Amino acid sequence: MTHTATVAPAPRQRSRSAPTRVRGRAWGFGALGLVLLAVLWEAYKLLGPADGLVIGDIRVLPRTSDLAMPHIWETAGRLFEPVTRAEGARVLWLEITIAASLTLGIAAAGWVVGVTVGIVLALAMQRWNLAESAVLPWIILSQTVPLIAFAPVVKSWGSRIEIGAFEWQDWMSVAVIASYLAFFPVAVGALKGFQSPDRLHLELMRSYSVGWWQTMRYLRLPAAVPYLLPALRLAAANAVVGAVVAEVSTGLQGGIGRLVIQYAGQASGDPAKAWAPILGAIALGLIAAGSVALMGALARNYRRTEDAS
Amino acid sequence: MTDAVTVTAVDKVFEAAAGQVVALSGIDLAVEPGEFVSLIGPSGCGKSTLLRLIADLDTPTSGSVEVFGTSAHQARVDQKYGIAFQQAGLLPWRSVAANIALPLELHGSGGAATRERVRELIALVGLDDFGDRYPDELSGGMQQRVAIARALAKKPDLLLMDEPFGALDEMTREYMQTELLRISADTGAAVVFVTHSIPEAVYLSDRVVVMSPRPGRIEAVVPMALGSTASRADDLREDGAFFEMITAVREALHGGAPAPGPRGVDNR
Amino acid sequence: MSAATTTATAAAPAPTRSRAWGSGGTARVVAPIVLGVSVVVIWQLVAGSGLVEAYLLPSPAAIGAEIVEFWPSMVSAGGITGLNALVGLVAGSLIGIVAALLASTRRSIDGMLAPIVAALAVIPIVALAPVLNTMFGADSQTGRQLIAALAAFVPVFLNTARGLRQTQPVHRDLMRSYAASNVQIMRTITLRTAAPFTFTGIRLASSLAVISALVAEYFGGPRGGLGSLISTSAATSAYPRAWAYVVAAIILGLAFSLVTSGLERLVSRRR
Repeated sequence: MTHTATVAPAPRQRSRSAPTRVRGRAWGFGALGLVLLAVLWEAYKLLGPADGLVIGDIRVLPRTSDLAMPHIWETAGRLFEPVTRAEGARVLWLEITIAASLTLGIAAAGWVVGVTVGIVLALAMQRWNLAESAVLPWIILSQTVPLIAFAPVVKSWGSRIEIGAFEWQDWMSVAVIASYLAFFPVAVGALKGFQSPDRLHLELMRSYSVGWWQTMRYLRLPAAVPYLLPALRLAAANAVVGAVVAEVSTGLQGGIGRLVIQYAGQASGDPAKAWAPILGAIALGLIAAGSVALMGALARNYRRTEDAS
Repeated sequence: MTDAVTVTAVDKVFEAAAGQVVALSGIDLAVEPGEFVSLIGPSGCGKSTLLRLIADLDTPTSGSVEVFGTSAHQARVDQKYGIAFQQAGLLPWRSVAANIALPLELHGSGGAATRERVRELIALVGLDDFGDRYPDELSGGMQQRVAIARALAKKPDLLLMDEPFGALDEMTREYMQTELLRISADTGAAVVFVTHSIPEAVYLSDRVVVMSPRPGRIEAVVPMALGSTASRADDLREDGAFFEMITAVREALHGGAPAPGPRGVDNR
Repeated sequence: MSAATTTATAAAPAPTRSRAWGSGGTARVVAPIVLGVSVVVIWQLVAGSGLVEAYLLPSPAAIGAEIVEFWPSMVSAGGITGLNALVGLVAGSLIGIVAALLASTRRSIDGMLAPIVAALAVIPIVALAPVLNTMFGADSQTGRQLIAALAAFVPVFLNTARGLRQTQPVHRDLMRSYAASNVQIMRTITLRTAAPFTFTGIRLASSLAVISALVAEYFGGPRGGLGSLISTSAATSAYPRAWAYVVAAIILGLAFSLVTSGLERLVSRRR
């Protein structure tokens, strides 16, 4: 009887990442999509009704004037001009980059706090059924609450906190709000991941007579990685949104949120400038999500169970 | 010499939505050290349940289960047995070597001694060169071999196996059976083996325990008159005595047939 | 992975005792209520005790009073924000479904849409609010509805696309053996398999649409919605009233979630 067939089959190689050629194609198509959007914009400006489309009281399509819809090339060019006509004003794109970096830092701080809280909550909910029953519905409900409203309140609370030499900075209020938006997907995703191992693996661990913590460490935590990564990515995006909106609510100086409002207020004189902070915010979101995706690339071995769907 | 497994007057009753289900009733069984015992029977006869009771993955409603003279629970805590399930149950994020090392890591040994033991086990199951592969790169048979190696990691004197070859194709199955006999002869462990397949039970065992359902009970225990398991090889599958034993088990399965004798089988 | 079932010995394995406690039916309903009530009680005690100044932490009683007093205003503001959210949800869902259908038929469309949707999913869409208000006029609600639509579009697109991929190969083969046309295949198999996924996406999109419509109001535009009322109340330090409007926002979000959850369950049950 030949055993060669069963002893040494060619091991199934699953390519985990698309080869470079396919990746390049994906980028190419993405760029094509963006170009199409730009073409659509300019085509509408050229061909659309000058006053837009108003049905009854509702404006369904925007005006095509240069004030309402600046040309794509005007917006691009504006980036390289100084922010204001004042002496020594920085170039617009630099101003945006500095503000975006500040917001990114605050969002990152909020993300770290939110992720920590989320994982701790998920651990507690996995450990004690009662905790899951009692707390999970509230966690889900919390996402319908626009906590953004509490921004001024968080700020006032913070200013009361004085522990020794530690003084509450304004940016910390923003970080707290960002962390609130970040913790939810992590708590839910981590819990799902911790509960994901099947009965077979759980019984295996039981046969090894190990306790809760070891089961968590050797089984549940690694099994949770494919659930955690999308949750962390979502948390990063949420942290950015939370930071931007909280900056607007608290009026924090120096961040990108403030610039969004500020330049929008000047849009009647300088319409292209109002789009600049938006590009900065978009870049922010992409960088935040990209950083988490990089983290995911490091955890390759733990993602071998991910399906393609 | 203490028996490897002693099951005394065990009953197991499950509370189901539609009332009680008597999975096991009045089970008495003793497995000697180094003995290979198969449990066979139709669905619902309680063979997997009995295995789980021995493994302390479940507790009997009445009666006692002892492993090497101590309670089943203590035996689990002391890690006196290794277990293999129908699905290999390998952790997908660990390499073959890391999977085999799992029980060793969990209970504190680390470092060079563990690595050496893992190497031994990989060689024992014939998977040299595959130590760094991951489960999703292995065929079903290879995954089961890793699971068996893992079950042997702590040199247990008792192996519990719940239809480990059930998901494999027939050719791989026969190969694995031969391998299992070789491994169990090498290690001298007692084995309690649950199976659906009569030829498999006959080929592997010193004794075949035939069970019947509703309620689950031991119908008959058929000793295998085929020589010691350590001396068996593939050619046994073509031996007349093999088929006689299969017939004996089959008739026991069909309930209450008299002891088998030559029944017109061509004795060469 | 083999489809062989583990031997069915008994009808139901005994539940591991440690998991059963705390997760039973009553616990699931009672525990969160007990927790919620305890928190409100503690909150009331802390707020009423003078440990914290009233304007920092309004007591539940004070908020309740504001709710009663400003109920009509809460309802009308909720109507405005809710309408924006609804328009955005419907528009975003429709566009998301159509886009996912198109993407499933043409690789090139999928190639172009996928990166854009992936980007949309991670950027702060509400940052577009001021420029949209400029484009559509500062007196128009359209900007906010667009933001809600963009927010709703993403989960509906992603979930519908996923659902369209779930058609089992065996069903496809069956249809091909009947020489069914593409349209027939779409109608009998693909759309029915995808429908539950789409409604899951709509459920996810509903709370996003409400929050986006609300937050978009912080960035200027016509006054009167819940978001602008929350921010003006907070700006004038009328915190109990701000929290009252927050309660209205929660109720609005819950209402959207419940309706879309119900729809989702309706569609999934028949499959």
